[in-house]
Amino acid sequence: MPEYRPVQERSRSFFPLFERKPDNQNATHYCPGCGHGIVHKLIARAIDDLGIQDRAILISPVGCSVFAYFYFDTGNVQVAHGRAPAVATAIKRARPDAIVISYQGDGDLAAIGTAEILHAAARDENFTTIFINNAIYGMTGGQLAPTSMVGQKSTTTPAGRSIWNEGYPLHVCEVLNTLDGPAYIERVALGDNKMILYAAKAIRAAIQAQMDRRGFSFVEVLSPCPTVWGKDPVAAQQWVRDEMTKVYPLGVIRDRDPWTHPIPVPPPPFAFPSGAPPLLAKPDEPVDYRIKVAGFGGQGVLLLGELLAEAGLQAGLSVSWLPSYGPEMRSGTSHCHVRLSSEEVDSPLVTNPNVLIALNEPSLRKFLHTVEPGGWVFFNGDAIPADCARADVRAVALPMTSLAVQTAGDAKATNMVMLGVVQQALHLLPAAAVDQAMHSLIHSERWLAIDHMALNAGSHRYQERCHV
Amino acid sequence: MTHKQLVKGNEAVVRGAILAGCRAFYGYPITPASEIAEGAARYLPQLGGTFLQAESETAAINMLYGAASAGLRSMTASSGPGMSLMQEGISYLAGAELPCVIADITRGGPGLGNLNPEQGDYFQVVKGGGHGCYRNIVLAPDSCQEMADLTALAFELADKYRNPAVILADGYIGQMMEPVAFSSEFSAVPEKNWAVKGTPQTRPNFVTSIHLEADALERHVRALESKYIAMGRDEVRYEAFHADDAEVVLVGYGIVARILKQVVTQARGLGLSVGLLRPITLFPFPSLALGALSRHASRFIAVELSTGQMVEDVRLAVEGRKPVELFSRVGGNVPTAAEVLTFVRSRVQELCHA
Repeated sequence: MPEYRPVQERSRSFFPLFERKPDNQNATHYCPGCGHGIVHKLIARAIDDLGIQDRAILISPVGCSVFAYFYFDTGNVQVAHGRAPAVATAIKRARPDAIVISYQGDGDLAAIGTAEILHAAARDENFTTIFINNAIYGMTGGQLAPTSMVGQKSTTTPAGRSIWNEGYPLHVCEVLNTLDGPAYIERVALGDNKMILYAAKAIRAAIQAQMDRRGFSFVEVLSPCPTVWGKDPVAAQQWVRDEMTKVYPLGVIRDRDPWTHPIPVPPPPFAFPSGAPPLLAKPDEPVDYRIKVAGFGGQGVLLLGELLAEAGLQAGLSVSWLPSYGPEMRSGTSHCHVRLSSEEVDSPLVTNPNVLIALNEPSLRKFLHTVEPGGWVFFNGDAIPADCARADVRAVALPMTSLAVQTAGDAKATNMVMLGVVQQALHLLPAAAVDQAMHSLIHSERWLAIDHMALNAGSHRYQERCHV
Repeated sequence: MTHKQLVKGNEAVVRGAILAGCRAFYGYPITPASEIAEGAARYLPQLGGTFLQAESETAAINMLYGAASAGLRSMTASSGPGMSLMQEGISYLAGAELPCVIADITRGGPGLGNLNPEQGDYFQVVKGGGHGCYRNIVLAPDSCQEMADLTALAFELADKYRNPAVILADGYIGQMMEPVAFSSEFSAVPEKNWAVKGTPQTRPNFVTSIHLEADALERHVRALESKYIAMGRDEVRYEAFHADDAEVVLVGYGIVARILKQVVTQARGLGLSVGLLRPITLFPFPSLALGALSRHASRFIAVELSTGQMVEDVRLAVEGRKPVELFSRVGGNVPTAAEVLTFVRSRVQELCHA
């Protein structure tokens, strides 16, 4: 008769004494027959066998296994309910050499955290998730889980899970298997000793997949919860084997052909642009332009404003540019506030401009009344409409869109015709500063040429038609 | 420092963060904060850092929890509705004592509200919109330069206190452009011996926010409290603009402070004794400075883009010694300097009659 010698040694990846636990430091807090204790052992054994104790980071969730860090002598991070995959994602990306094992229950993973697990799997994050499915909320005292089976009683389904009220249980492995991302998906059970041996193999395979940089690995463990199920440990284990496996079939569901995530290579040195000193020194004369640029979205309103601000910076002035912003879609009106000042700009808002640049009539009508008496108004049109004209401002009206089409061949250059007109009328900024600004903001050579033509056209037209 | 470059406030945040050593950004798009994520997506991969657009703000803030646990300087950016979703995660970050930086570029609320600037996030950011006794360090830039500088400071303070730090700026500060000089060097990041890095040295480390025993949690909450008290003692920052001798003290932050500077200049031009106290840290709030001003100032006017959130802290600081009033616009409207000046003049006249 062969002799058997029982081996009872604690895995090296468990603490010898659970000192983080307030009392009873020789035992776990799990109930007799609970699956968590078994799965903890399987994980610890896998960590031992794979020699990764120093690299392992265990992520414990909310639920009965919230205190997994009492037991595992590895790096530990405890996280919010359902969010373990998000946390694991960032830890693994921050520390690619760490082996990240995320541990979640059914409520945590398949109810409140559905989005996080789905997206981590879809992104093929290279970490391992161990998913304990015991079809019930254990820690909170036996409420319905997303994986509770049809007819299963819980404190929140006292008559049993009804397909009419709670619907059907979630089959997480099968859902994840619809995604291209995951490398490895397997469902195992703790229904008897043989099944537990399979579970040990699955957990080890999943962690190995991570170590091989194969991508997202996932093991669902059908697990008993005798206390909350109201069964003794043996009956609970039998229920896992006989009932749960009918609803949740066991086996390897995904084992993708081996290909691996690349090892990141260090990028070449990077530096932000250092900028250059302003082209010109601050002018001696005090400057205080409060400019409002307005028009249709797509007329280059914001770019015109930005050019003025950039040119102002090149001219040694204090500047600000404030856009009207909104839904990122074309059409509608758009405007921006620009300040060019020899003093420090206090408020970047321009409520009463001394220069209004109106690229269309609605903008003229909207802002003309706000212009400071004595201020300048530049309007893209034949004439200021008689019904809104003001005698106390200086107005320049020219059909700039047709001028842009005639001279530069593109209506989109209307804003540059306007800039030419404004510059010629006010000598707002030195030409060299404007030129520098155009070169730094307009990156296409073709457009730079078009915009220069438009700028010159605006300047000449103002001289011909308006100069007095 | 580099030469000044014309950049958006949101761009200044990203560059300031990266120069401060931020190497992980997890976020979700939202107007008017999206340029921060877009900048991070452009720059971080070039530095070997991580940018990831998360599936939600809930996921993003928990990714920050992960990156912070692993010892990286990391950040996210959002606006009102997204900040609301992040509150759970912020509570966990504070509870687990994880440093990170969150930029809140505010918009109008409640609900979807609109995209224009409002300051209705003050309560949820400064008072702690999540559960439990925690505080965020809150910095309120009023220029693009400060968007860069205070973001760098936020990382320093977050690490110093192992606590989340929030850049609270409105949509205008985020969207506008001003010349900004950036640091010409990347900052050195302090060693984080407490982090969980998957290394032999850090194997004993663990990050958690659960303390099941009442006495243990009380010790923890008291330890957090002592950090907040230390911040109140050592980290208060504010700008006083003609405030020392002012009879009427205006209080405002963000874009409002810029308008109030114009108001003060105009008021002084009219011979009115008006000054501004601009909190730069909203938590810790410059209560002592306001309390000191309340000894000789006659009146305080809080100007806010909300129906009155920061004004409560002004009242607590002034402790009833002098009247504190609120002037506010909401819905994305911003008061003009003229509007505020008219209000201020009416109050100065009242003082003269009294």
